[in-house]
Amino acid sequence: MIETDILIIGAGPAGLFTVFEAGLLKMRCHIIDALPQIGGQLSELYPKKPIFDIPGFPSVLAGGLIDNLYEQIKQFKPGFTLNEYAINLTKIEENLFEVTTNKGTVHRAKAIVIAGGLGSFEPKKPLIDEISSFEEKGVNYFVKNPEDYTGKNVVIAGGGDSALDWAIHLSEITSSLTLIHRRNEFRGALDSVEKVRLLKQKGKINLITPAEVTQLHGNETLEAVSVEHEGETKTIKTDYFIPLFGLVPRLGPIANWGLEIERNAVKVDNSTDYSTNIPGIYAVGDINTYPHKMKLILCGFHEAAMACQSIYQRLNPNKKFVLKYTTVSGIDGFDGTRKEAEKQVVASID
Amino acid sequence: MKNEIIITVKDLKGKHHILHCPTDMGFTLKDMCVAYELPMEAVCGGMAMCATCHCYILNDIIGIPQKNDAETALLSEVMTTTANSRLACQIPLTNEMNGLYIEIASE
Repeated sequence: MIETDILIIGAGPAGLFTVFEAGLLKMRCHIIDALPQIGGQLSELYPKKPIFDIPGFPSVLAGGLIDNLYEQIKQFKPGFTLNEYAINLTKIEENLFEVTTNKGTVHRAKAIVIAGGLGSFEPKKPLIDEISSFEEKGVNYFVKNPEDYTGKNVVIAGGGDSALDWAIHLSEITSSLTLIHRRNEFRGALDSVEKVRLLKQKGKINLITPAEVTQLHGNETLEAVSVEHEGETKTIKTDYFIPLFGLVPRLGPIANWGLEIERNAVKVDNSTDYSTNIPGIYAVGDINTYPHKMKLILCGFHEAAMACQSIYQRLNPNKKFVLKYTTVSGIDGFDGTRKEAEKQVVASID
Repeated sequence: MKNEIIITVKDLKGKHHILHCPTDMGFTLKDMCVAYELPMEAVCGGMAMCATCHCYILNDIIGIPQKNDAETALLSEVMTTTANSRLACQIPLTNEMNGLYIEIASE
């Protein structure tokens, strides 16, 4: 079991900065995120795009901002549970919550900060009637264990980076690999497109474009797919069908935690501390809503600071909250490091 | 009114919304749908990366810019794409678009 002071759900900029604000108040944090890396949308959707409205940065790449945020918080030694998403939340007692992930990892914390951005990213599913009955029985939306496909017949559909990358990677171990895309042009990185072209020439990838998987066949498990290509439909025998059409965000299990939800976002009290209707649970960044909410990273940073001071007062009702300026007080990391401004040397003039 | 156009948006339930849209603020069709709190997710914020601002153009209006490569490629991967599909984030509003009529696409 993982125990911490504040459990943060979501490793985007608002979640990461919460670690900093909590650290200043000597509270330790642990972060859960559904994606395998930190950074949320910034790392997943637009790492190489510039952002122009982060105060103090005339221009910063989204990926660079995440690197900087990590550099800023690492002295507070946050823990991470990545590639897992929070499913259940239970209040054990006053100021003690338990959160379990889809993989069964149990976390206990004195307070929760939901910084889930747009929610957890889930795969876009193709519009094929029978697809749900074949899920996990031949239809997979993620490649979790590449070795599962060794010696198998595999059909991948999609035209972005993940479809290209997995087609390249899996073609080395599968018995046959078919890549199907609705257009002749691919959206992924140019070198990946070139690799697929070479593998097609070598007969390692069976490329069918412009084409679409329209039907799935099989009894208990998937046995074949129907592919529509230039007005004709043909059947391809396969053990696996992997549609890789990108991800869409969903609020997910958080919606069932008893929180007040409005327009797919968690309602918070913005006049005080961004607390939700459940005492001890806060929501910051794009996932929360309140009158005149602006979904900006800079607003998320402010909300994180406000939530942390409220949590501090909640957990330490007898201590007076004193606002500290890092320039004056310095920063003491949980890793034993200390950062502080250079002391002024006062010299006298004789 | 000068530099203001009217756009009609049909939502997923078939309800029509009349949007008064300034054309001198650099807003896109997506920006106005979000400002009017219509059910358009517009997840990526307008970077032609997510297709959650997918809509259908329902009338012939001049002045709508042609699709660029990124929009064409992304729409090609969306299951509900038709000939009149567009990403609202890729349509900056101009005075010529007065009277535009669109429908928000389902996923």
